[in-house]
Amino acid sequence: MNLHAVRAIYGFEMARWFRTLGQSIASPVISTSLYFVVFGAAIGSRMGAIDGVSYGAFIIPGLVMLNLLSESISNASFGIYMPKFAGTIYEVLSAPVSAVEVVLGYVGAAATKSVLLGLLILITARLFVPYGIAHPLVMVGFLVLTAITFSLFGFLIGIWADGFEKLQVIPLMIVTPLAFLGGSFYSISMLPPLWQKIALFNPVVYLISGFRWSFYGVADIGVGVSLAMILVFMVACLLVIAWIFRTGYRLRN
Amino acid sequence: MESIISVRGLSKSYASGYQALADVNLEIARGEIFALLGPNGAGKTTLINIICGIVNPGSGTVRAAGHDVVTGFREARSAIGLVPQELHTDMFESVWATVNFSRGLFGKPRDPARVEQVLRDVSLWDRKDARIMELSGGMKRRVMIAKALAHDPSILFLDEPTAGVDVELRRDMWAMVRRLRDSGVTIILTTHYIEEAEEMADRIGVINRGRIVLVEDKTVLMRKLGTRQLRIHLLVPLDAVPPALGTFGLELAAGGTELVYAFDAHAESGSVATLLRRLGDLGIEFRDLHSTESSLEDIFVNLVRERP
Repeated sequence: MNLHAVRAIYGFEMARWFRTLGQSIASPVISTSLYFVVFGAAIGSRMGAIDGVSYGAFIIPGLVMLNLLSESISNASFGIYMPKFAGTIYEVLSAPVSAVEVVLGYVGAAATKSVLLGLLILITARLFVPYGIAHPLVMVGFLVLTAITFSLFGFLIGIWADGFEKLQVIPLMIVTPLAFLGGSFYSISMLPPLWQKIALFNPVVYLISGFRWSFYGVADIGVGVSLAMILVFMVACLLVIAWIFRTGYRLRN
Repeated sequence: MESIISVRGLSKSYASGYQALADVNLEIARGEIFALLGPNGAGKTTLINIICGIVNPGSGTVRAAGHDVVTGFREARSAIGLVPQELHTDMFESVWATVNFSRGLFGKPRDPARVEQVLRDVSLWDRKDARIMELSGGMKRRVMIAKALAHDPSILFLDEPTAGVDVELRRDMWAMVRRLRDSGVTIILTTHYIEEAEEMADRIGVINRGRIVLVEDKTVLMRKLGTRQLRIHLLVPLDAVPPALGTFGLELAAGGTELVYAFDAHAESGSVATLLRRLGDLGIEFRDLHSTESSLEDIFVNLVRERP
């Protein structure tokens, strides 16, 4: 294992993040704070509790997950796409590093950024809405697993993309709608029966449900099922990445 | 000859169907400076990229520093440094950070003293904290070289190293390349500047349309393929080449005031002396002689033109 290379890639990516710390952190934190102000404090105070949880507190796991998904994908896809775009990828491809080490460096850094941001949003939320975390270890587990899984997904997008439009199209056209419709702002049980069934095809439902369970002990779907869905998605991403490195798809051809 | 790079039966076709390399065989000796010449699209960069691991090979085998570049990629790539043609580097990074990044990427532990030495060798130590975007084109080129040398490779690829740099920097780079060779580094350079290959290389390889056209020691190549030309400035102009001189293939130039004799290294020894004696016998007097030797560029152009 070339740990020096993993450290170099990881350090490079984190340094890039710290160079643009203002926009990396301020933007998602401010936008999330606005959600809390509008839905938590203003509108939320006029809405009834869901599953015994105040509306302001209910949306916290969904909002964190919303940011976690978009930031994980964005960080990881940008991290690998930029070297391709700028041509600096030649150095990684010519270095004595395996696929595992490249993924550890890029995806590890992207996931780290997302987890830190998720925790920061949780802290920010506490300023607007009182809430507790029933299962903190499970919460951290979901946070980390989701960050890794969607960073892997973002890494795939970054390799697949051959232009900035493609870099944006999946997060904007697929992931964000799925996150909004995945129960960030409501419980799936509030939907009509048909839509409840359709919602089960949305993978984000499982993420938000499991994550919310770790906060309040209530969930639309069993926490075990949620965990299994994350792991299935993670394994799927890993398999595709393994295929990419084996064939050189959009990297070595 | 102890080969540090061995390419056997290497072919490469891209998904578009374009065949970039066709049955390439090449041995590069440890410690030499090898110049790979070829016109645009000849396959130079594809060949380098396959050896360095950037592009997957098609068929054939490539070994670097004794290791297969696919099955023993760690050992092979650890031995190689690459300076690509384009100035690909992260413009927002500092010189110090980017060179340290390269060292780590190639599996070497942090060593500030070594990185300092590398930066001093390429005259960048005083700019170590500058962001790369603040540097001139020549300095950026030096950064690329420093990055390639950061892990102390035993093989260095220089893909068009002096493209777009001024004469002074080019001379500096040539001196640096020689120092590296003297320290035991094998250097493979591609260049459009024939002068560069002529000045630096121990051996020359010519690639055209994905095939190695020839590999030869530079001096041998120039001796074997170089043509020489003798211009004889006459005292009295001639209307035509005298029939008695027909076997020499002479041409008249400059309004009949010059006789031009072209000959190559294979020409019969003493042919010039014979020609001059014949001129004397015919009473053709001359006031001056001027001889020129073809350059590597002439040789290269002839090779590429002759073997489409």
